[in-house]
Amino acid sequence: MAEPLDVDRLLADPAIRIVVCCGAGGVGKTTTAAALGVRAAEVHGRRTVVLTIDPARRLAQSMGLSELDNTPRQVKGIDAENGGELHAMMLDMKRTFDEVVLQHSTPQRAAEIFANPFYQAMSSTFSGTQEYMAMEKLGQLRATDEWDLIVVDTPPSRSALDFLDAPARLSRFLDGRMLRLLLAPARSGKSMFSLVTASFGLFSRAVQKILGAQLLTDLSGFVAALDSMFGGFRQRADETYRILQDPQTAFLLVAAPEKDAVREAAYFAERLVAERMPLAGVVLNRMHKSDVPLLSTERSEAAAAELTADSPMTADALRIHAALMRQIEREVRVAGTFTDAFPGVPAATITAQPADVHDVDGLRTIGALLVG
Amino acid sequence: MGEHVNSRWPARLHVVTGKGGTGKTTVAAALALGLAEGGRRTLLVEVEGRQGIAQLFEVEPLPYKELRIAQVAGGGEVRALAVDPEEALLEYLDMFYHLGAAGRALRKVGAIDFATTIAPGMRDVLLTGKVKEATTRSHDGRRVYDAVIVDAPPTGRIGRFLNVTAETAKLTKVGPIKTQSEGVASLLRSPITSVHVVTLLEEMPVQETLDAIAELKALNISLGRIIVNGARPALLTAGKVTKAELKRGLIDAELPADAATVNGLATEARAYLTRRELEESLREELAEAGRPTIELPLLPGGADRAGLDELARDLMRA
Repeated sequence: MAEPLDVDRLLADPAIRIVVCCGAGGVGKTTTAAALGVRAAEVHGRRTVVLTIDPARRLAQSMGLSELDNTPRQVKGIDAENGGELHAMMLDMKRTFDEVVLQHSTPQRAAEIFANPFYQAMSSTFSGTQEYMAMEKLGQLRATDEWDLIVVDTPPSRSALDFLDAPARLSRFLDGRMLRLLLAPARSGKSMFSLVTASFGLFSRAVQKILGAQLLTDLSGFVAALDSMFGGFRQRADETYRILQDPQTAFLLVAAPEKDAVREAAYFAERLVAERMPLAGVVLNRMHKSDVPLLSTERSEAAAAELTADSPMTADALRIHAALMRQIEREVRVAGTFTDAFPGVPAATITAQPADVHDVDGLRTIGALLVG
Repeated sequence: MGEHVNSRWPARLHVVTGKGGTGKTTVAAALALGLAEGGRRTLLVEVEGRQGIAQLFEVEPLPYKELRIAQVAGGGEVRALAVDPEEALLEYLDMFYHLGAAGRALRKVGAIDFATTIAPGMRDVLLTGKVKEATTRSHDGRRVYDAVIVDAPPTGRIGRFLNVTAETAKLTKVGPIKTQSEGVASLLRSPITSVHVVTLLEEMPVQETLDAIAELKALNISLGRIIVNGARPALLTAGKVTKAELKRGLIDAELPADAATVNGLATEARAYLTRRELEESLREELAEAGRPTIELPLLPGGADRAGLDELARDLMRA
């Protein structure tokens, strides 16, 4: 078994400025991030902001807030005795993208970009935009130096790795041959059409057939705009990436004791190690516990069968216990596949709660469970 | 083979969504197995590059090819396909434009990565387009697949994934991509299609299930069932736990009946009752969606082939 993860030491450490919670979808990342935020503010007196990116507004629900927007809002009901504060914000992807555009171009150019249908599609639906914008927002929050601690809940991506891959994908996209090919005529003052019709042969025929004329004009405009704007953006994404590698950052892998979630956590751990990112530990969420650990599944089930007629209540209580023991056994086995593979990664567990968390009290309880 | 399909599952294209962690891949696989009963052939498709099907069936990662992944008693078979948008685009270009080598050149200059990056709606059109092709494909006048089951993106992204025309209409008013997306859109709104939502009896998955159903309904996409996964048997239906009776029962069964054991079992039983009360209210919330609902049991042995067959039987009975 791995060494225990000291969550309090992590949250209390003034040198730690960013905690990134990552893991597969549905493992309780958002709740864990929020619980860490509550504990950092209340117990460790830190001025904390929690950044969440989830369109399902789970954090909003779990923090009892009706709405989160792109600016941090102070969370009510936080004990301020130790001088801490908790703020929470939800990433507005489109607005963040718009802000980046405004920052890196002239107002007139920005207006052109906003009107371009490719921009509209990309800024609201681009797979990866959430990740880029989360990085951007994290960079912004860190740059203000206004926060003792920023807790980031990573996007509900297809893969937890997308968060790390986003900047690299952006660079690859911007450096791609395709983009340069499309840009060449824009730079030399010729139109897209001369490029497409003159120099590409079969390829151009396909592009024109599939895309159509208006679309090429839009694309040409968008590509030119990207070229003028994204140098700065890429630089910022690279800077944020470096912050993630810095010892001021701590990655916490969140996993539920299920095969898929643990597998995803293992991929992520490998990547973090390979990228020299500071992996602080793994949080095994929703682990069940029994108050009667010595009463075995088999004995409980045998007794339940015997008691069905005479004491149905005891029989059912024993069946509940047997199912719980079986679940614990499975969870320990599944969680063990991670801790065996990464014995050097400290682990903490959060005991499963009978009901879901949706208020600050609940988050406080989760935080207390997390420190053991 | 032909038009005849399972009367309880009349659609031919089953799209399975659900919040992450609810077991939608498992349910999609069980449905594919169930619908292959009686000598039928089904295709299980994944679209997100997660290789979840390969992991579930414990085989090597799936190529972009329809391969048999399971045989079913009575001569049926399940084939599996992991759709890759790049491969789908090349296949599509080849089909309509006979591109051949030029298609490979497109990939070399990064055109495909570029196209699917800059126009994400196009990626979804390619994925759903491939699903449509498999669903409607026939050979010698017979349908190749009796049913196609898609392990679809999760509830948070399902509306956008299936609302292909809206996404492409933003970008193109004419041309084959538009035609393609319109074909997909009408298939998804026809009785051939059925979108099922998998959930657990937990608050967030239920909320997302209801949100997804409302969203798909507004898009006129054909809805199927709500599938509650991991349902536990109803115990302690009388609803109360008394320590005195617990103690008596434990003594009768010659089990330890000390205070710690009695208190511990009582605590566990009460936690179960709290949980069940919550589950009951979530069932009521789900019922308000007005969709037929099936409950599948929690698999004690995990989702191995025996477990999948058990779920398949339950699904076919429902």
